[in-house]
Amino acid sequence: MASKTVRLRPPLDADRVRGLRAGDRVLLSGVIYTARDAAHKRLVEAHDRGEPLPVELSGQVIYYVGPCPPKPGQAIGSAGPTTSGRMDPYTPALIRLGLRAMVGKGLRGPQVVEAMKQYGAVYLVATGGAGALLARRIKAAEVVAYPDLGPEAIYRLEVEEFPTIVAIDAQGNDLYAEGKRQYARQA
Amino acid sequence: MREIRVSEVADAVRDLCIEACYDLPPDVVAALQAARDKEESPLGREIIEELLENAAIARRDRVPICQDTGVVIVFVELGQDVRLTGGSLEEAINDGVRRGYKDGYLRTSVVDDPIFRRINTRDNTPAFVYVRLVPGDALRLWVVPKGTGSENMGGMKLLTPAHGARGIRDFVVEVVDRAGSNPCPPVVVGVGVGGMMEQAALLAKKALLRPVGRPHPQAEVAALEAEILEAVNGLGIGPQGLGGRTTALAVHLETAPTHIGALPVAVTLQCHAARHAERSL
Repeated sequence: MASKTVRLRPPLDADRVRGLRAGDRVLLSGVIYTARDAAHKRLVEAHDRGEPLPVELSGQVIYYVGPCPPKPGQAIGSAGPTTSGRMDPYTPALIRLGLRAMVGKGLRGPQVVEAMKQYGAVYLVATGGAGALLARRIKAAEVVAYPDLGPEAIYRLEVEEFPTIVAIDAQGNDLYAEGKRQYARQA
Repeated sequence: MREIRVSEVADAVRDLCIEACYDLPPDVVAALQAARDKEESPLGREIIEELLENAAIARRDRVPICQDTGVVIVFVELGQDVRLTGGSLEEAINDGVRRGYKDGYLRTSVVDDPIFRRINTRDNTPAFVYVRLVPGDALRLWVVPKGTGSENMGGMKLLTPAHGARGIRDFVVEVVDRAGSNPCPPVVVGVGVGGMMEQAALLAKKALLRPVGRPHPQAEVAALEAEILEAVNGLGIGPQGLGGRTTALAVHLETAPTHIGALPVAVTLQCHAARHAERSL
């Protein structure tokens, strides 16, 4: 199936997300939130204790990134994706809370894909290591939770046409597996 | 006896941290350009083009290539005819890192205690320092900021002599295959063979200091590097793991003598932002 380019602005509903297919280009605009290892641990532990979360996740997008500090005049420093798999132990719980999309890079585990299929969520990837380029699509950044974590704090980002590709869709189709199959040589 | 003040070392480390994080070395840029021209996957070509554009922006705007400005690995070759004055070498290196990461607006990525507290030290110290004494009166420094996306995907195996070159090749391919898209391919693969565990790991890291794609001076090692590179690029993982022919830009293998019963192999993966900067004092 031919891939398409889709423009999305959170909050996202399940139907919209289920219409995306692995290989589609998604340009994100509006508000997204950052979280990486330490913030994920705190979010899930807070939820397990029955405490309210510092950000409402329903319909939202989490970008796995720990940005560089901004230089004077910049909204944010370099800000490319980090490896998503480290968030796998926490991700199904956040998807159950309504998280609709994750932006990162790298492989995901089966328990994450199962939760994505069950609740309607999508895994987007941005180009890892292109932090200077991607930072240009981030127009504003503000710490909204866990400031003591420094680069691992939760930021609220305002993005404009932030470029991503659907790596794993809500049906479980996986662009990593497809791409590798297409280009592998028989040993 | 030549005197070198440790404050000179600190200044050099500061500058090298910033330079390494902003300026993708020319050898890496050339390797990416060559890969772009050869890559068969249209998406793969597009991604490599993005990486080149990213590197150009970082160089021009003086910003980090990647937000993971890493931990700082510092290799020091210290001439035995040098007398260091004005304080501790290790403290000077950490002072350089502290200033480099602050002045360069680089991300701090070191936690103090790995198991329990995991609190960010907020100045990216301590650096991981390896000093080797060599003849002469020069001091040579290599600064290698290393990110964790690639670092976490390395591996080590204590092979035995019967495994031979084939066993080494198969293990390297296994590590790269398992890593998939995680280490930000196209990667540079550092392989250390020989010594004991710790030396193999250190050799693998030092292999990353070689200009990307320069073959090992020993012909049979160079041939093994080429054979492993071909096997790795046959995996189909490609740029960013989305499929293609360019999974690795180069395989660099370094060897050391080992025990009659041993064949340790360590593999370290370096992302396409293969940052390294060096200076002689």
